[in-house]
Amino acid sequence: MRRVTKLAAAVTATATLALTATACGESSTESGGGKKNKGVGLAFDVGGRDDHSFNEAAARGTDKAEKELGVKTKEMTAGNNETEETREQRLISLAKDGYNPVIGVGFNYGKSINKVAKDFPDTTFGVVDEQSHTKNVVGMTFAENESSYLVGVAAAKKTKTDKVSFIGGVDNALIQKFEAGYVKGVKDTNPKIKVEVDYLYKESDKGFNDPARAKSMAKGMLARGNDVIYSAAGQSGAGSIEQVSKKKGAWAIGVDSDQYRQKGLEKYKNAILTSSVKNVDVAVYELIKSVKDGKPLKGNQTFSLKEDGVSVATSGGFVDDVMDDINKAKEDIISGKVKVPARP
Amino acid sequence: MSRWKEKFGVQSVLQALAAPALALLAAFVLSSVVILATGKDPFHAFFVMIDFGSKSDSQVWIINKAIPYYLSAAAVAIGFRMNLFNIGVDGQYRVAAFFAAVVGGALALPGVLQIPVIIIVAMAVGALWAGIAGVLRTTRGVSEVITTIMLNSIAGSLIGYFLSEDKLAVKDGNLFHTPTIPESGRFFLIPTDPDPIYGTVVVAVVIGLAYWFVIGRTRFGFDLRAVGRSESAASASGVSVRRMVVTSMLLSGAVAGLVGIPTLLNKSFSYGTDFPTGVGFTGIAIALLGRNHPFGMALAALLWGFLERTGIQLEFEGYAQEIVGVMQGIIVLCVVIAYEIVRRVVLRRQQREVGAELSARAGAGTEQDGTEQKAGATA
Repeated sequence: MRRVTKLAAAVTATATLALTATACGESSTESGGGKKNKGVGLAFDVGGRDDHSFNEAAARGTDKAEKELGVKTKEMTAGNNETEETREQRLISLAKDGYNPVIGVGFNYGKSINKVAKDFPDTTFGVVDEQSHTKNVVGMTFAENESSYLVGVAAAKKTKTDKVSFIGGVDNALIQKFEAGYVKGVKDTNPKIKVEVDYLYKESDKGFNDPARAKSMAKGMLARGNDVIYSAAGQSGAGSIEQVSKKKGAWAIGVDSDQYRQKGLEKYKNAILTSSVKNVDVAVYELIKSVKDGKPLKGNQTFSLKEDGVSVATSGGFVDDVMDDINKAKEDIISGKVKVPARP
Repeated sequence: MSRWKEKFGVQSVLQALAAPALALLAAFVLSSVVILATGKDPFHAFFVMIDFGSKSDSQVWIINKAIPYYLSAAAVAIGFRMNLFNIGVDGQYRVAAFFAAVVGGALALPGVLQIPVIIIVAMAVGALWAGIAGVLRTTRGVSEVITTIMLNSIAGSLIGYFLSEDKLAVKDGNLFHTPTIPESGRFFLIPTDPDPIYGTVVVAVVIGLAYWFVIGRTRFGFDLRAVGRSESAASASGVSVRRMVVTSMLLSGAVAGLVGIPTLLNKSFSYGTDFPTGVGFTGIAIALLGRNHPFGMALAALLWGFLERTGIQLEFEGYAQEIVGVMQGIIVLCVVIAYEIVRRVVLRRQQREVGAELSARAGAGTEQDGTEQKAGATA
């Protein structure tokens, strides 16, 4: 009896596989589609619209476009630990339903967007933080090392213990760019200052979505006498900012958006010295506008200090007394006198 | 006696059907309640899922997604069958895939050699990584739950260490990955329309058949299940429990080493910072859902793929992204609970029947009040 049922099970399994292998029926790309100009398709990275950081900056760009250009936006969000297949599927869903442009926020979309774009030649795709390898993909990258250099100057001027630190979300090339600029900025201002550098995760994207881990890491850094902590870790940064706000005299440096002005972080804003702002919103808006005007952007676009693609936030007025140093450093970078490395 | 057998035969069939039916119904109702609580229409959600999930490109996507899930579940199930909790499949497959990718990227042999070499390296590394936990358990008595979890974390750091430009990786934009495996080292694709199915589906089928045969049809499988039921009874009948622990840990690790192969040889062709993580934990859920049965786990893996595929579409239709995750959790809980309930109900009924039979015999012995007792027992 047992033998028979088990055999039957094995046979059914093979039969099911064989059946599905022929994959009968229409495909999802055949049925939908055809409806053009539905608006902007925006695919967020992990953390989603309200990460108070990088995704939120992109959302500001689409919000502005909705208001000023009258376009509609469809938003979708990535989950933790997802795979290429899932990202591709998300982009295909948006493109085949007629959204144009389709924008992927974050380098995670680099491979998938360049691949999917080939199947939708009439749609403009945009990817933030990655290069374009396909004709209808716009790669929007930023000089984060330059703005990080400037907040490094601010940190060096503000520390009382001569110990500052850096928390990166994931130890990858992009976040190392933040680290490299920051460390150089601190050391150029005062070589005696010690910079403690640590990353939340070696290789998992969870690093951008794990505030609890950032919180405990910040706790350790504060205990070791660091009094300025710069976190480049997406949504995780909220955790370290919260921790820093509990200690008097310690400063947090925000990232991507002007975190002093963010509603979700309002309780801790008096601990936010400044933020290294990446104007993702400007880039996203420019792309949407170009598509709307019928002259879509092409190729790779870099946004640096020179183009105001990155900047330093001054809200709260905490860096007013060191603004001269920051402005001088900014001029030196733009003129080429100071070269900011992109790798530590 | 034959009457008994027949009765329990019918009952076991009923039991086999009752539990999944109960679980499915409960999962359906609970998921509907959750969707309703988010203020959306659950029936439209189910319609979207079935409609979108049955499209041909969805079918291909689901099968491709299910391959690593199935392998991962099989790795977990080998341990489960002997009460060994290999929580470390996640670390094992990542380390295995990483070193297999390094070897694959460094070699340029003809395909007939290159592919087996990559697969053997993956299985060996996976077995080695799991073997550490097995040896620690038998020699030092350390719980494999603790060691495998810790080894997961060490695996992450180990890969992170080697995955940099001056070590074993190359830089590609914001990503680091191992050198790409040449054309000859890649697995074939099954050309279906519109997208191809990964040829590594064959690996999953082979592992499924091997699992069924070894666990259910060999002396080794019997020993393994015996240790799972009762260690002391097994060792009393001459089974070396220590050797079984190490062997099954090695086997589990070797299968875990295969989990990364579908992605590596059919999709990414290198191990990079974007290589999927967490599949080992999904495997635990799928092994639970499939009741450690080779066919059950295949269904569970496909169901998982189906839910993930349709989840993206649900988000597109304005449902909360997390709904699918909630559904997956509900289904696993429902299956575990339903099987336990059915098991208890059946056990109670069997006990009652055995009791009735025994008292009937006792009654026949004394003859006088036999009928009375029997009536009392059946009442």
